[in-house]
Amino acid sequence: MKLKVNGEEREVAAPPDMPLLWVLRDLLGLTGTKYGCGMAQCGACTVHLDGQAVRSCVLPVGAVAGKSVTTIEGLSSDGLHPVQRAWIETDVVQCGYCQPGQIMAAAALLKAKKKPSDADIDAALSANLCRCGTYQRIRAAVRRASELAGA
Amino acid sequence: MDGTTDVSRRNFLKASVGSAAGLIIGFYLPGHSTLAVAQESAASKAPKLPPPNAFLRIAPDESITVLLAHSEMGQGIWTTLPILIAEELECDWSKIRVEHAPAAPVYAHTAFGMQMTGGSTTTWSEFDRYRQVGALAREMLIQAAAKQWGVDPSSCRAANGFVTHGSEKLSYGKLAAAAQDLPPPASVKLKTAKEWKRIGKPTKRLDSPEKVAGRAQFGMDVRFPGLMTALVARSPVFGGKVKSFNAEKAKALPGVKAVVQVPSGVAVVAEHFWAAKLGRDALQIDWELGPAAALDTPRMKEEYRALSRSPGAKAAAAGDVEAAMPKASSKLEAEYELPYLAHATMEPLNCTVRLTADQCEIWTGTQFQTPDQAAAAKIAGLDPKQVTIHTTFLGGGFGRRANPADDFVREAVEVAKAAKMPVKVVWTREDDMRGGYYRPMWLHRLSAGLDAKGMPLAWRQTIVGQSIIDGTPFAPMMIKDGVDAASVEGAADSPYVKATPSHRVELHSPKPGIPVLWWRSVGHSHTAFVMESFIDELASASKQDPLEYRRRLLKNHPRHLGVLNLAAQKAGWGNPLPKGHFRGIAVHECFGSFIAQVAEVSVEGSQVRIHRVVCGVDCGVCVNPAAVAAQMEGAVVYGLSAALYGELSFKEGRVQQSNFHDYPLLRLYEMPRVETHIVQSSEKPGGIGEPGVAPIAPAVANAIFAATRKRLRRLPMRLGESA
Repeated sequence: MKLKVNGEEREVAAPPDMPLLWVLRDLLGLTGTKYGCGMAQCGACTVHLDGQAVRSCVLPVGAVAGKSVTTIEGLSSDGLHPVQRAWIETDVVQCGYCQPGQIMAAAALLKAKKKPSDADIDAALSANLCRCGTYQRIRAAVRRASELAGA
Repeated sequence: MDGTTDVSRRNFLKASVGSAAGLIIGFYLPGHSTLAVAQESAASKAPKLPPPNAFLRIAPDESITVLLAHSEMGQGIWTTLPILIAEELECDWSKIRVEHAPAAPVYAHTAFGMQMTGGSTTTWSEFDRYRQVGALAREMLIQAAAKQWGVDPSSCRAANGFVTHGSEKLSYGKLAAAAQDLPPPASVKLKTAKEWKRIGKPTKRLDSPEKVAGRAQFGMDVRFPGLMTALVARSPVFGGKVKSFNAEKAKALPGVKAVVQVPSGVAVVAEHFWAAKLGRDALQIDWELGPAAALDTPRMKEEYRALSRSPGAKAAAAGDVEAAMPKASSKLEAEYELPYLAHATMEPLNCTVRLTADQCEIWTGTQFQTPDQAAAAKIAGLDPKQVTIHTTFLGGGFGRRANPADDFVREAVEVAKAAKMPVKVVWTREDDMRGGYYRPMWLHRLSAGLDAKGMPLAWRQTIVGQSIIDGTPFAPMMIKDGVDAASVEGAADSPYVKATPSHRVELHSPKPGIPVLWWRSVGHSHTAFVMESFIDELASASKQDPLEYRRRLLKNHPRHLGVLNLAAQKAGWGNPLPKGHFRGIAVHECFGSFIAQVAEVSVEGSQVRIHRVVCGVDCGVCVNPAAVAAQMEGAVVYGLSAALYGELSFKEGRVQQSNFHDYPLLRLYEMPRVETHIVQSSEKPGGIGEPGVAPIAPAVANAIFAATRKRLRRLPMRLGESA
């Protein structure tokens, strides 16, 4: 089947019920999107589907035909999307495993809402777990990314 | 790769030829490979200085590559260890690159003799070695420059990546080749604390760019042509064995390459994760479950309770508790309970193995390189030198990836051996949560007798829980007279216990057959909760302010007092709070550091909300205050997840929890504001990855008591119940 991933048309041989996560990681080699739970509980697998944050671990690849998928690798060409810059400035990461998912969730929020309130941030990012506990810095970094994107 | 773990210059050269960076020249000791040096050092058992080539490479492109003898799992040593080298090397910080070192004896922990990361030991155990490496390299660069200019080395200066002499100036990259041919100095003088330019300054993490771009490689991300993914069906009960299995349906599925039996179960090897998972789902296995099939948490608790009323092994004793107790003006008794806990690292366990006749290559995020290497060698029938370990980034460790049983590495080697192809064994979240090696369940029974002023004169405490050390190679060192030090740390050596003239702390170590392991803060994860809650009970019983009561008991413990007073002052202890808000305090020493935390909470119905946590930290010399603050924030979250939600239970031998829906973790909307205040100290550096976990549960429980007068003696906290 054909997929549009990070702006490119890709052809994959996958059964339609195979989760998008494993198509991205194992068939397309895009390992920036992470496996954490397989049941949409942790958000490590967050990607954008037509600009919306979705959990790719429970999304059958058959359901994304004709839609545009963006992964962490495609968020920016240089790894310096305003959200990524804000993450570096705010020294957010620890182990880093959940962070691609956190960043994709934050980028989708900022796309929908340029200046999110604290409540907006809590609502949009609470689906993403971080075992290292970087939440305080994630909140600060989303606010900083909002400034950077506006500047 | 040539089948050895030699990290000599020859290999550096070999590894770098054809790489984009061009030719890399490392420092090395002439005539010695690093391994030879390490072995000689071990033989003479007093290595004066580390071989710099094992820890540092300086390339003509000016890049400075620091090799980490320890694993980066979030705690920030990817930045802390380079700070130590850079402090002495006087290099350009922007040129620093970092790599995990291979598994080799030269990278053995300076205190433990094996290559590992754990016990919050990296910074203090490397504080001298990494600074010495930086100083050695600097001196060799200076000598090389001085030789070239024909001047006295003492008239040259090294700064910001250059050696200068008058108007002469040469970069480290240009000097590296000449420097490597010089004999390293026999001794180096390290800077005094007053001369430090980097140590003590907040430094941002060096691993951020690759981690935010999704480029950082975790074990889960390893890929190469021909690599298969394997999932293992393991016994639903610990210790169970495969009686028989039928793999017909699994083998018929597209993408499934092999189904093989291994000691831990049945592995399905497939082209990718999804095929392996479907294949595993299709297996039919008949298990011989064994005795652990009878495990039942409520029954275990009753057994633990009964044990707590009988005499145990003596962990601490002074005076005569039986004689002193009747003289008390008042007496308190309490029972505390804490459950089994999973580490639940965000990256589930995984390990990649490529096995050939004379070599075993392993890619994994491990905290235990040389023990894993030895275990893999044994299974593969090779010498440890023929086992290469590529340490990837760890998607969290918390102790789970430092297993004396080497479980996830051992199993992956078994699968690769049986399947005869390179495999990445991936654990699903459910596998990871049900795979054992938990923080043990604990029960504490305490009684204290107070004098007329409310201070303890007699203290009896009986602790019941599995030993994590029993059966491991560490047992002879850590278990003395039936007492596992890791079971009683924070209790048997508590300053409160020691301040009580008559005291007795006893331990029971039942063996229910559940695999257990160190879990971020180890024994302190239960003892701090018990000690700091019970002290609060004593303060309340004697109608004293919890802070004042602690100050009186800790009057001869200046570092405890220092953090207690700092946290209290910054939290505004005693000052009015918003309506409905209450404070609790706790202080604990562990891993060479002292942490006090003041939690500010509100309670509505059965819901507790933690608004703010103020941390006072004394970790001795602080190398990177930014990392300390991050570790405090993370530790508070880790401890709160356990305090509010964490619980694994057994029914008919099966673990009842499986994923984040029934083993919840703290989420962003619940995150309190965490503030970290660090005591300026010139004491020996202490650990920082774990200590912040210990005091948070009691600080919150004590705040809940202030709010509700209910004493929560069980974790996870359930506000509807009070013991």
